[in-house]
Amino acid sequence: MIRAQVLCCGGTGCTSSGSPKIQAAFQSEIEKQGLADEIKVVQTGCFGLCALGPVVIIYPDGTFYSKIKVEDVAEIVSEHLLKGRPVERLIYKEGAEIKTDENGEVHASLNDTTFYKSQHRLALRNCGVINPENIDEYIAMDGYRALGKALTEMTPDQVIETVLASGLRGRGGAGFPTGMKWKFASGNRGNVQKYVCCNADEGDPGAFMDRSVLEGDPHAVIEAMAIAGYAIGADQGYVYVRAEYPIAVKRLQIAIDQAKEYGLLGKNIFGTDFNFDLSIRLGAGAFVCGEETALMTSIEGKRGEPRPRPPFPAVKGLFEKPTILNNVETYANIPQIILNGAEWFSSIGTEKSKGTKVFALGGKIKNTGLVEVPMGTTLRHIIEEIGGGIPNGKKFKAAQTGGPSGGCIPASLIDTPIDYDNLLAIGSMMGSGGLIVMDEDNCMVDIARFFLDFTVDESCGKCTPCRVGTKRLLEILDKIISGNGEMEDLDRLEELSTYIKSASLCGLGQTAPNPVLSTLRYFRDEYIAHIVDKKCPAGVCKKLIRYEIDPEKCIGCGMCAKNCPASTIVRTDYVAAGHKLASMKIEQANCVKCGACMSSCKFKAISKG
Amino acid sequence: MKSLAELAEIRERMKNKVVLREGGNDMRVVVGMATCGIAAGARPVLNAFVEGVNREALGDKVTVTQTGCIGICQYEPVVEVFQAGKDKVTYVEMTAEKAEKVLQEHIKGGKVVEEYTITNAKKA
Repeated sequence: MIRAQVLCCGGTGCTSSGSPKIQAAFQSEIEKQGLADEIKVVQTGCFGLCALGPVVIIYPDGTFYSKIKVEDVAEIVSEHLLKGRPVERLIYKEGAEIKTDENGEVHASLNDTTFYKSQHRLALRNCGVINPENIDEYIAMDGYRALGKALTEMTPDQVIETVLASGLRGRGGAGFPTGMKWKFASGNRGNVQKYVCCNADEGDPGAFMDRSVLEGDPHAVIEAMAIAGYAIGADQGYVYVRAEYPIAVKRLQIAIDQAKEYGLLGKNIFGTDFNFDLSIRLGAGAFVCGEETALMTSIEGKRGEPRPRPPFPAVKGLFEKPTILNNVETYANIPQIILNGAEWFSSIGTEKSKGTKVFALGGKIKNTGLVEVPMGTTLRHIIEEIGGGIPNGKKFKAAQTGGPSGGCIPASLIDTPIDYDNLLAIGSMMGSGGLIVMDEDNCMVDIARFFLDFTVDESCGKCTPCRVGTKRLLEILDKIISGNGEMEDLDRLEELSTYIKSASLCGLGQTAPNPVLSTLRYFRDEYIAHIVDKKCPAGVCKKLIRYEIDPEKCIGCGMCAKNCPASTIVRTDYVAAGHKLASMKIEQANCVKCGACMSSCKFKAISKG
Repeated sequence: MKSLAELAEIRERMKNKVVLREGGNDMRVVVGMATCGIAAGARPVLNAFVEGVNREALGDKVTVTQTGCIGICQYEPVVEVFQAGKDKVTYVEMTAEKAEKVLQEHIKGGKVVEEYTITNAKKA
């Protein structure tokens, strides 16, 4: 009988911080202390708090340990697992009250921490709870019941009606109603070949919720795709996943094999005449292949380039057959909707955006990781409560959503309830849910340049507005951050952006200027500071900053010169009153603006301007 | 997988194995497992509860867990039973046999085994 379980996160984040070693250490220590019959070590998917990895949860009490080292394992086993005394110094307790009851017993459960307390985990419900490589654990959590229900109790049209009524919208970017997509592809069932595809080509810098679902709960995606196949009358599915996600690919393959073995994929599923098969197609990591038509072209074995729409995939998609393509997170919601009903799902969220959304929190924020909240949660709540706020007492400046296709939300709009339509209205977009937090040290012109640099690299080159237009935008931005900008450049940026948006072939080009437009809209004064004052207010753009030594404060110790990698700090003849040595001076011509002098000066004699 | 019944069968079989992670059971059996408790024989008591709960398929209602020293070392092994909305019951000087009786009468039957409680031990 197993009385306790040790859940070790096996997501990509924790794997890179050493969780496989921790898991092995638990296994051997538990055996060594003779507890192997009553304590089980389980590898799970991502818990969401990636910044604190490797993380371990011990059930039944739900104690959450973070930043575990191999040396800590023996102590946890002998103290916590044998004697029942959680090792307090290793418990993650942000926001959670450590309760000591009348017996001196320590309680600190993961669910009490501010990070988890206000989350609502639907798409991530099994991540960090089940072993993703064991189909039985998924089944124990009601897995494949939705597929059974759909096949035996519902007609394909009823399935589509349910998805439609739930209000579920695509979680990959544009937010198109999922049920509509399915409906468009549902005609002529049984007479034509159709396909169900899953977009797991997660390309936004900083977004990794799809990876987390595939790593932590792969069967949810498989089950949902089979349901989709039943709804539109398709017997073949493809998951397009980037080769950079090796753990996700491996677990998904294991899951597909197990589902086939159980007959949950294949012929005559649940004794009905419904057949469905699934295979994985690996992408090479081109951003454009996340665009639906480029993705399908890539599955066909051709170079991943978009094609004009219409015809839409629902009419002529993969191999020119009717196809539906949904994102991983979208699929992860489907089994829940079928099981609990459209009304249950549509009771969560806002009027036009139903359910929850997973955000990948990154940038200047304490709790880097994945959070899932109901639609309509304010940005303030996500950043200040769940995310734990900005580190080092800095001030929140803006949040970037939607990656290279999205835009910035300034501090003045921090109370905006986040859903598809609100984000569009303020010039950003939901995108796949990357949420990058920026503080006063981030330069908004530099941020716009960063995302544009990415799209210039990733533009596939097929259409001119995107290929040439984004390049020109980048050149203008480069001109501004190097101090050579003119006020007319701002008009040029806006004009060119408008052309690129309206004339590009696919979503990549149509959204590429968004980071420029939204920073221009909310942070125009920063652009003007770069152009008119030749200053970077945040002190980021190297060509516009200068380090200076105050000769009155400098005692001439020479630490700065010692630390200067460009050897460009020299001694002057000037000895300030009360000092013994002559002061130092930076020869600006060779300065690389690294700031090493400033951080090495103990007398605060060096300033940045 | 030819039928829903097969699926249900796997689900039932596996449920006990993952139910630990759902928490929120309304009854908690806590065994004192500090050095004093272990020395006094708390291990067999813990095992008896764990096996008993499993055998009686009470896994979704009862959590068995351990704790540190409660501070009444002379009464070890000590077992406490917590139940939502009820007073805590403290059993003392437990053995595997006594554990079985507590399991049957208190945990399953809802009737406190007065003779093993600390109130009675103090009187004696």
